Amino acid sequence: MTLDLILFLVLAVIAVASALGMLLSRNAVYSALFLVLNFVTVAAFYLLLGAPLIAMTQVTVYAGAIMVLFLFVIMLLGAEQLGPTGVLPWQRPLAIVLALMLIIEIGYLLIARSPAVSLLSPPPSAVNTTDFLRQMGEMLFNEYLLPFEVTSILLLVAMVGAIVLTKPEKGGR
Amino acid sequence: MDWALFWEWLIKSLVVIFTLLGGFAYLTLYERRLLARIQVRIGPNRAGPQGLLQPIADAVKLIFKEELTPARVYRAVFFLAPVVTMVPSIVIAAVIPWGTSFTLGGRTITLYLADINVGVLYLMSVASIAVYGIVMAGWSSNNKYAMLGGLRSSAQMISYELTLGLMFVVAILMGNSMRMIDIVEAQGEMWFGVIQPIGFLLLFLTTLAEVNRHPFDMPEAEQELTAGYHTEYSGMKFALFFMAEYQKMIVVSMIGASLFLGGYREFWFLRDTFLSVDRAWFLGPVYLFAKVIVLLGVMIWVRATWPRIRYDRLMALGWKIFLPLSLYLVFVTAIGIILEAYWLITLLSVLGGLVAVAVIYVDLRRKYYARA
Repeated sequence: MTLDLILFLVLAVIAVASALGMLLSRNAVYSALFLVLNFVTVAAFYLLLGAPLIAMTQVTVYAGAIMVLFLFVIMLLGAEQLGPTGVLPWQRPLAIVLALMLIIEIGYLLIARSPAVSLLSPPPSAVNTTDFLRQMGEMLFNEYLLPFEVTSILLLVAMVGAIVLTKPEKGGR
Repeated sequence: MDWALFWEWLIKSLVVIFTLLGGFAYLTLYERRLLARIQVRIGPNRAGPQGLLQPIADAVKLIFKEELTPARVYRAVFFLAPVVTMVPSIVIAAVIPWGTSFTLGGRTITLYLADINVGVLYLMSVASIAVYGIVMAGWSSNNKYAMLGGLRSSAQMISYELTLGLMFVVAILMGNSMRMIDIVEAQGEMWFGVIQPIGFLLLFLTTLAEVNRHPFDMPEAEQELTAGYHTEYSGMKFALFFMAEYQKMIVVSMIGASLFLGGYREFWFLRDTFLSVDRAWFLGPVYLFAKVIVLLGVMIWVRATWPRIRYDRLMALGWKIFLPLSLYLVFVTAIGIILEAYWLITLLSVLGGLVAVAVIYVDLRRKYYARA
């Protein structure tokens, strides 16, 4: 347990530091790279909690696919240097209020949860078998079929939109 | 902590790492000799018998070369990029099984490093991380050619990753598991590459694109981009990119061999003979590496034979041919498994492949006549 705790603390420091780096960096490419580091650290958290499937999906989808697209767009547009930011007058008070609300919610959840449940206890080892993957797949396609299909239709709509936008107009050229 | 286990893992990790490093050195020699053979030349044969010491001479040369850091690079990213390229190319090899297991002094020692239940997904995630090194190198060099190389490679890798993932899905479906060992063991009766030939071909071509090999080596097209993303790199940092590329070649050959060519398993018709892995564990790595050497030979052969494909055609091939074809192959595989008719998979997959070739042919013909 102590080894896990040490690992957790090290990862936590990296996660927080990379998140801060992402926010504070004045260069969009650095921000994107910090965000990648953050995603990978979060994936390591999932591994620590005994959820390799979620961890791998996190790395593949977020760190792999989405952030590569982000970087691609930043580099393609040459928009890595951020100019001086104009601060909206109502932005700061609103941000403070929202952040306070979030902190209160998290604090409430942490205190209201029974303290016997450790936040860092991994699930039973039965989760870590091939059978578990099969069960998860079956559940996804039986019990949660509707949300799954709705999500895929949403993605399909986005795809169709992208194709329509990039289609050359008739008569042009 | 069990110290014997610790030593076992340490030794196995070192074996994997040094196999890749040594494999890199001798793959360069293999490539140069084979290319020379194909082009009716002799190739490097001076250093040592048959040029066997040539890689060592090259390594010494690269280590002592002067290293230049251009003045206006983004230093931190510039230094990190070779490392970020190198690490995934090694760690991806961790889940590839080399054989079954043997007993040494009462301990059962397995011939694989990590046996995780989402092995194929691990391959996918590490492969998707691998692009960052190239993107970082291209951007941090602060050079237009390097930048274009980085952009090209990221676009290419995103496009071909979809087909790669779907081909992994085909192997997962047929192996009925995400564990690499289950997938390899399921090929004891028949290799998946024989049941699903077009699937294997597609995986092979896609991995060529993923590791930026000919004919998909756009990111380093010499005539257009000098040297692409590693234009500004010299000395040992350049050597790291070079190493990563060749290690990726070895690793993708291992992946292709494991998912579609039976991995460490023997030929399916040798199953009950003394050449089977079940009878002699030490044949596992031998079979795996024999397959890897054959696949690497084909990659070099492709380099010697095919011209580089034009960039817009590369994208069209990936999105308009490979992606629909791979979706079709997943569909066909699922149907064949439900009907328990493996011959149906083979038949429909070959038909799909023929249709794809016909579509490419008609499209090229139309473009040719439109131009003339």
